[in-house]
Amino acid sequence: MSTDTKRRLFLKGTLAGSAVALAAGAGLLNPSQVLAAWPKSAFEAKDLSKAMMGIAGTDTAAGSTDIIIKAPDIAENGAVVPVKVDARKMSGVSSIAILAEKNPTPLIANFKLGKSTQAFVSTRIKMGKTSNVIAVVTAGGAVTSARKEVKVTIGGCGG
Amino acid sequence: MAKSKIKIRAKIKKGACEVKALMKHPMETGQRKNKKTGKKIPAHFIQEVTCTHGGNTVLTAEWGGAISTNPYLSFIFDGAKKGDTITLGWLDNKGGKDSTTAKIK
Repeated sequence: MSTDTKRRLFLKGTLAGSAVALAAGAGLLNPSQVLAAWPKSAFEAKDLSKAMMGIAGTDTAAGSTDIIIKAPDIAENGAVVPVKVDARKMSGVSSIAILAEKNPTPLIANFKLGKSTQAFVSTRIKMGKTSNVIAVVTAGGAVTSARKEVKVTIGGCGG
Repeated sequence: MAKSKIKIRAKIKKGACEVKALMKHPMETGQRKNKKTGKKIPAHFIQEVTCTHGGNTVLTAEWGGAISTNPYLSFIFDGAKKGDTITLGWLDNKGGKDSTTAKIK
């Protein structure tokens, strides 16, 4: 093998090794440590108030026009409802939670943002029936929210 | 590393890194019933998704079973440049996990 080929193989091996080390360091390969942090009572709460309390520490949040929820007015398929929450008009946003008021367990997701992460998330959710999609945003200790009604023709909880 | 079932795109747009990820996972809520047996299909869903860049955690997503099957996730973060690496991984309620790395384009 030429020196060049040997060098390339060595570098490749080093990079692969360090990627694993990075993942292990970031705790991605350690389930027990991370699962302990999952907010079970919030996700299992059957009413909106308890769900909000579980992730935002309060069940009342003033409405804010700085939170934009982009979701269809009518969702053809309740199993796949695209939802975007944009709170980039606000500063210091540390988390964005998405809830569906009339789902059996309203809390759907809670996104914790890093310091350089923009206050924007996009995902797809399941909705059991027509309901308000609520975004709860925590910024600098203040909790605000916005809601948007999404009509669902075929429910997505499979019930 | 075992082959990942996460498809990921990380691109610099308007100076920030936009990440789009598609994960393969049944995301069972635990409420669906097996039509033949009438028994409930046990809950099996991703509980946590983590994305890191340069040693910092950019996003931690806590999920329940109401995120759609084969979840899609998109978010944007600053402070990255083309050629940097990001890592995205998930853990589910049964201890299952997957992760992948991607170069920012």
